[in-house]
Amino acid sequence: MGQNIKIKRGLDINLEGSPSNDIYSVNSPATFAIKPTDIKGLVPKMNVKQGDEVKAGDCLFTDKKNERICFTAPVSGEIAEVVRGDRRAILEVKILADSKVSFKSFDTSGYETKSADEVKELLLTSGLWPFIVQRPFGVLADPSVTPKAIHVSGFDSAPLAADVSITLKGEEANIKAGFEVLKKLTSGKVHLNLHSAKDSSVYAAVEGVERNDFSGPHPSGLVGVQINKIDPINKGEVVWTLKPQHVAFIGKFFETGNLNLEQTIAVAGSEVSKPGYYTTIVGADVSGLLANNLLSDNVRVISGNVLTGTKILKNGYLGIHDTQISVIPEGDHYELLGWLFPSYPRPTISSTFPIFKFLKKTFKANTNPHGEHRAYVVTGQYEKVMPMDIMPQQLIKSIIAKDLEQMENLGIYEVIEEDMALCEFVCTSKIDVQRVLSEGLELMAEES
Amino acid sequence: MKFLRDQVDKLKPTFSEGGKLSFLHSTFDALETFLFVPNHTTHSGGHIRDGIDLKRTMFIVVIALLPALMFGMWNLGYQFHRATGMEVSLFENFWYGMLQTLPIIIVSYGVGLGIEMAFAQFKGHPVNEGFLVTGLLIPMVMPADVPLWMVGLATAFAVVIGKEVFGGTGMNLLNPALTARMFLYIGYTPEMSGDKCWVPIADGVATVDGYSGATTLGNVGVASSNGTPWSDSLLSWGTSISDSIMGTIPGSIAETSVIAILLGAVILIVTGVGSWKIMLSTVIGALFMGGILNLAGGNAWYDMPAWYHLVIGGFMFGTVFMTTDPVSAAQTERGKWIYGFFIGLLTVLIRVYNPGYPEGIMMAILLMNVFAPLIDYRVIQSNIKTRLNRVKA
Repeated sequence: MGQNIKIKRGLDINLEGSPSNDIYSVNSPATFAIKPTDIKGLVPKMNVKQGDEVKAGDCLFTDKKNERICFTAPVSGEIAEVVRGDRRAILEVKILADSKVSFKSFDTSGYETKSADEVKELLLTSGLWPFIVQRPFGVLADPSVTPKAIHVSGFDSAPLAADVSITLKGEEANIKAGFEVLKKLTSGKVHLNLHSAKDSSVYAAVEGVERNDFSGPHPSGLVGVQINKIDPINKGEVVWTLKPQHVAFIGKFFETGNLNLEQTIAVAGSEVSKPGYYTTIVGADVSGLLANNLLSDNVRVISGNVLTGTKILKNGYLGIHDTQISVIPEGDHYELLGWLFPSYPRPTISSTFPIFKFLKKTFKANTNPHGEHRAYVVTGQYEKVMPMDIMPQQLIKSIIAKDLEQMENLGIYEVIEEDMALCEFVCTSKIDVQRVLSEGLELMAEES
Repeated sequence: MKFLRDQVDKLKPTFSEGGKLSFLHSTFDALETFLFVPNHTTHSGGHIRDGIDLKRTMFIVVIALLPALMFGMWNLGYQFHRATGMEVSLFENFWYGMLQTLPIIIVSYGVGLGIEMAFAQFKGHPVNEGFLVTGLLIPMVMPADVPLWMVGLATAFAVVIGKEVFGGTGMNLLNPALTARMFLYIGYTPEMSGDKCWVPIADGVATVDGYSGATTLGNVGVASSNGTPWSDSLLSWGTSISDSIMGTIPGSIAETSVIAILLGAVILIVTGVGSWKIMLSTVIGALFMGGILNLAGGNAWYDMPAWYHLVIGGFMFGTVFMTTDPVSAAQTERGKWIYGFFIGLLTVLIRVYNPGYPEGIMMAILLMNVFAPLIDYRVIQSNIKTRLNRVKA
């Protein structure tokens, strides 16, 4: 039997423009892009060049450090451009999509009886492997290791997050098949972590996994928090995590033999005129989703959620792992004495704003940090939103001091950036907690 | 707002790099960001941030200090006029006290902010808001009769040696305001303690019969060494226990009124800016030590009910405004309990056992400031141990 865990320390940030239950259809996007920058530490080795024709499932590039890991085309079409940035680093591989997707076919028949290695090979060549995230460090999973467990967070608790009971409706069989595949990859348990107050009927058919029940506010839906509560990662141990959407991709692939990355995502936020659910494909151009769907012009489009997502352009591309698009107003304006007399409501955990904290229900939050960067002064605030058994401020300080031993002692193996995003949100000194942690993780990964 | 912004934008190039007054860049930046929250935006990671910042946090502390400061100004006038036998109105008392106090505040802010801005400019950092609080705390813990040059000297010492040499706000080991007070206490003891410094009465001015200017702490100390009961000492001129709670007694400018200080405590606790854990554990520590001494008995100090320690001297002021400085206090949640408890305990110990210096809270806080990193170290080690034990299990 799984565990029942109550998350007490945390924070639900209620923003305006949460997705309605409607699923809208938009025209199929014309261009797609896979962004190597979505994967931490990835150095791509190109397999195609501009002008090549590809099918959905054809390898676009591999990981230079591990060439077995393929990143494949989500749709069929022509390679339109390989966008490069500083020092010729590859930023985007753009595909001009065919009007009708043609799939490369893989032999997945009888996958139920295939060995772990055969299954791995299929995941690697099909391009599904990058959906597996490896901890510590939150990097591409290493196919040569067997993780001590695989964790799937069955719900998303982030602001404006998509509700899986809508996005995964109709995917029940694929989810079940996906979990069957995952079970082959670990010697330990596959954990499916659910929220007691949320609809998890889409997982009803899943068998042979450990179901754990969580309750309480964000970050209860973060898989890192769940791992810390269920079976924490110790030095030398490896755990893999996946999002439920990606488990469904894997299931669908093994059931059909085709790489079909169509998914339903949430498009939400105060600047979206029709916040709701939209069907699209991994890597899709978001301009179709946002066309005639924005309430104002000066907006921040985020692939992912407002706490951890990536800033993209209005005609940018959906990130590989992302299942939501958030659109909020930019905050690039001066505010007269704003620190003293705030001119509009803003989300906060500080009781120095009693009305915003206790009375206001939803917020139209913008991207202004509401203050400048300072050295650490206030203590005890990170702890209020950190449910893990980790001393957040001390960990961040050890990273700033580049004290590797202390980072390890204070549990850096157990966290990735998203796990400390709320600490960054509440920080009075406006420290870029996720950036600092990212540097720490990189340093640790290099050393180990 | 538009007009004001335009004016600021017009001035900005003069103070920016390459401008005529670029050496005042940090100062300009401090004033500009005081007036306007900047138009910066987040880049990555957390796209939205909490509304709270350090300016607001520090401002709340300043607000919390005001009741004690206002009362202190009035009390200064009240003490003076009472000692010299004059009957005046509430406003005249306040006015007198304000005129005595304002120069001290101006010197403290002037010297402190001047040094802060110079350091900020030199090191290319923004000016930190921390001194807004320190600059007010320093005058509040001074005796009213302190010469202004001493205030300036002490402030400079506190900012440079107490703070900047460690790397500025956030990095300091000791509470800067107490560092200033300690500096004067060690260097200029006669001006900082005894019976004469609390009410500014010029030489030769006649005082009424029975006036001594002594504080309750001083009186209990004298009673202790004379072997008289503690209750006698409290009944002498103007130092009854209810006067101590109200604050109508001689003392440092803003430390006397328990009621006004508790008002500040309520503001700090309700807004979450000050740590209630530290305040509560400091009180528990003092009651614990006082209780033990009550059981032992012996002289006036031993016999005085433990809770009196909370209302006499600077205990309340120190507990509410000095122990809770987040930078110099313990930074771990469990550490805060230990830190506060020992401050309370040591305060009573120093009061009772140190014949040379009647007040203990200043020494106790500074001592525990030094030990706070050690307390945190132990707390952090216990977290590390849990993690290591997990591997063994």
